[in-house]
Amino acid sequence: MKKSITILLMVMATIVFSSSAFAGVEFLRGNQELMDPAKEPDQKKQQVVQGGFERSYKIQPPMIPHKIDKEEINMKVNTCMKCHSEKTYEEKKAPKAGDSHYVDRDGKVLETVSSRRYFCNQCHAPQVEANPLVENTFIGAK
Amino acid sequence: MTKVVKRGVFGTLVIGIILGIILWGGFNTAMEWTNTESFCISCHEMEENVYQELKETIHFTNRTGVRATCPDCHVPKEWVHKIVRKIQASNELYHKVLGTIDTPEKFEAKRLELANNVWRAMKKTDSRECRNCHKFVSMDLDKQDSRSADAHDPHYWEAVDGNSPTKTCIDCHKGIAHSLPAGYDPAADATNEG
Repeated sequence: MKKSITILLMVMATIVFSSSAFAGVEFLRGNQELMDPAKEPDQKKQQVVQGGFERSYKIQPPMIPHKIDKEEINMKVNTCMKCHSEKTYEEKKAPKAGDSHYVDRDGKVLETVSSRRYFCNQCHAPQVEANPLVENTFIGAK
Repeated sequence: MTKVVKRGVFGTLVIGIILGIILWGGFNTAMEWTNTESFCISCHEMEENVYQELKETIHFTNRTGVRATCPDCHVPKEWVHKIVRKIQASNELYHKVLGTIDTPEKFEAKRLELANNVWRAMKKTDSRECRNCHKFVSMDLDKQDSRSADAHDPHYWEAVDGNSPTKTCIDCHKGIAHSLPAGYDPAADATNEG
């Protein structure tokens, strides 16, 4: 009898504590049940910004202020270099790929972009107008 | 003229007209049949390479659901040019039989040469097939991104003022419907936009 009362109390205590523990927690999915189908994400367009984005810190790879969905970067061809190459950047009024991009791993300065800097969008990303899911207090270094 | 001769002439005329309609109609129907996308991609060379690439581009998948098929860009609309292109296509049949590009590897090796052929033809005709749909008179530069609008602006005014164009669509818009070939350097392409 005593034993079953102890078990009952323990179970009740567990229920009380666990529910109170969860009560203050908000989930990113809101009131969505776990097994409900996910909400459709908002449609977001790529941002086109005249003059480009401010950097958040000194050595940040500049973000891409225009659409890139029609550009092609693969083993055969890199169409970003249509405007951002050493040959064309002046005529196109586009920023030239930084000098560091022309140095290979042995420190040799090349005439064209080094293969280790070839895939632009490994570091440079286009931006969409998306609000952070959680509050973010990050302030870029000026 | 006797009645008999008159009737003979009349009969020949009627038969001639009927035969003409059937033959001409048949010829035209057959030619139009070769001007369909399903005909183009009935060859695996086209279906497996260029058609798959097209599907990824704005000329196939886009906001409005309007799309271009192979002949819209690769076969002229005007009759004379169309016939000339169709005769040239016999060379394509010859290479189909030879199997010149019957594997993706062979196609890839030939891609630069083939692309150059198409680019040269488009340059020569002032991008005639592009302009079947894309006309400067209907182009609203204000609705374009500033990059596109700035690049189009001088050529827009050339077209509106009736001056001879200094650049044509294909000069800047290479590789918009299919992958660009290895060996093509976008930075070194002197005719490229600007």
